[in-house]
Amino acid sequence: MKLTTPLTDESIANLKAGDRVEITGTIYVARDAAHKRMVETLDRGEPLPVDVRGQIVYYMGPSPTKPGQVIGSAGPTTSGRMDRYAPRLMEIGLKGMIGKGLRIPPVKDAMKKFKAVYFAATGGAAALISQRIKKAKVIAYEELGAEALQELQVEDFPVIVVNDIYGGDAYEDGKKQYARN
Amino acid sequence: MREIQASQITETIARLAIEANHYLGEDVVAALQNARAVEESPQGKEVLDQLLKNVEIAKQGTFPLCQDTGVAVIAVELGQEVHIVGGELNQAIHDGVKKGYAEGFLRKSMVGQPFSSRKNTKDNTPAMIHTDIVPGDKLHITIMPKGGGCENMSALGMLKPADGRQGVIDFVVSTIDKAGSNPCPPTIVGVGIGGSADQAMWLAKKSLLRPVGEYNPDEETAALENELLEKINNLGIGPMGLGGRITSLAANVLVAPCHIASMPVGVNVQCHSARYKEAVL
Repeated sequence: MKLTTPLTDESIANLKAGDRVEITGTIYVARDAAHKRMVETLDRGEPLPVDVRGQIVYYMGPSPTKPGQVIGSAGPTTSGRMDRYAPRLMEIGLKGMIGKGLRIPPVKDAMKKFKAVYFAATGGAAALISQRIKKAKVIAYEELGAEALQELQVEDFPVIVVNDIYGGDAYEDGKKQYARN
Repeated sequence: MREIQASQITETIARLAIEANHYLGEDVVAALQNARAVEESPQGKEVLDQLLKNVEIAKQGTFPLCQDTGVAVIAVELGQEVHIVGGELNQAIHDGVKKGYAEGFLRKSMVGQPFSSRKNTKDNTPAMIHTDIVPGDKLHITIMPKGGGCENMSALGMLKPADGRQGVIDFVVSTIDKAGSNPCPPTIVGVGIGGSADQAMWLAKKSLLRPVGEYNPDEETAALENELLEKINNLGIGPMGLGGRITSLAANVLVAPCHIASMPVGVNVQCHSARYKEAVL
């Protein structure tokens, strides 16, 4: 299935846990330190450096860009570390998150409530994933280095829907199907 | 006394850091290929295909295998007949990490202060150095770039002696079950049994330096490794946690004597990007 950003309520409604999706368009990169700053900014009542409404955030901290390249290796980081911040961003309109690994129940509840989805990219396929990133630009928190807030242009960026807006969970489904006693 | 220049140690560490982050060991590649052959889940097969393609791209030397090029874990076996000249051993290692991570465009993932400022040290130092003094006149250095995602799934269980073999199995399997998709399965599970709390954790990590497909030379321990792997793979977590037959490629166990009151069990998880390179000077 192909998906373009920004996400609409209609495109999100079509996504089901386990769907394989290729994303094209603009996505934003933020991990631990950038999330901390964004939520602190919101707590002060100030605007974020980027309007997250309808957008996707990619939990990632790339390896350094070599001369002549768009970006270094760029695979997902463990999403659970952003659980503390994610509901706050969904509340103001964030519609998608890309990462890898488990989310806690309050985050899954927020996805249902605010109609947002969680996608997994393949952890450790970072050199391969990098080939789908066509442009990369640091847009805020440059001093955080690998943890800066970035804007990416991606083409056919491969992900799987883990948590949809209906409470579906691809990790739970997959495990149930293949577990043996 | 055989002399080894500190600068030679620095150059070696720098080279190994770059190599380890671009060239996955043949044993791990073979294990991933084998996993692809036996995996039944379509999502799992797709993930394993991606990982094998990733290995091919990284091998060209431009993109590291993973963006998380890790904490530089360094295992040193220093022959007692070696005299290091022109600098200090630990400093030579840190300098090598600094050089390799700069020249190789590897990510600098260390923060100097862990619980408040968390400011990046910007050169990936300090390295985590474990040194053993051994007989001989050689210096054996191994670098294992260790990612944060899998390291965060580590666990220590101070089990009771009465928990026995079954207690060890239950603790290890439940640790991997809870970790789920977080540590980037298919993983390699390192287990240290015995010793003290700190020694059990180091044994767990050290066991990850054994090639995939090799077993502990002790028969009883090897049988435990087999049983652990089977039980872990029966969890159904699968490649990237999306469900499947292959959750781990290997379970490696190292054991040590311990106190009459204790049975420490350390678990250290390695992601599929199980990187390490070694050199003997």
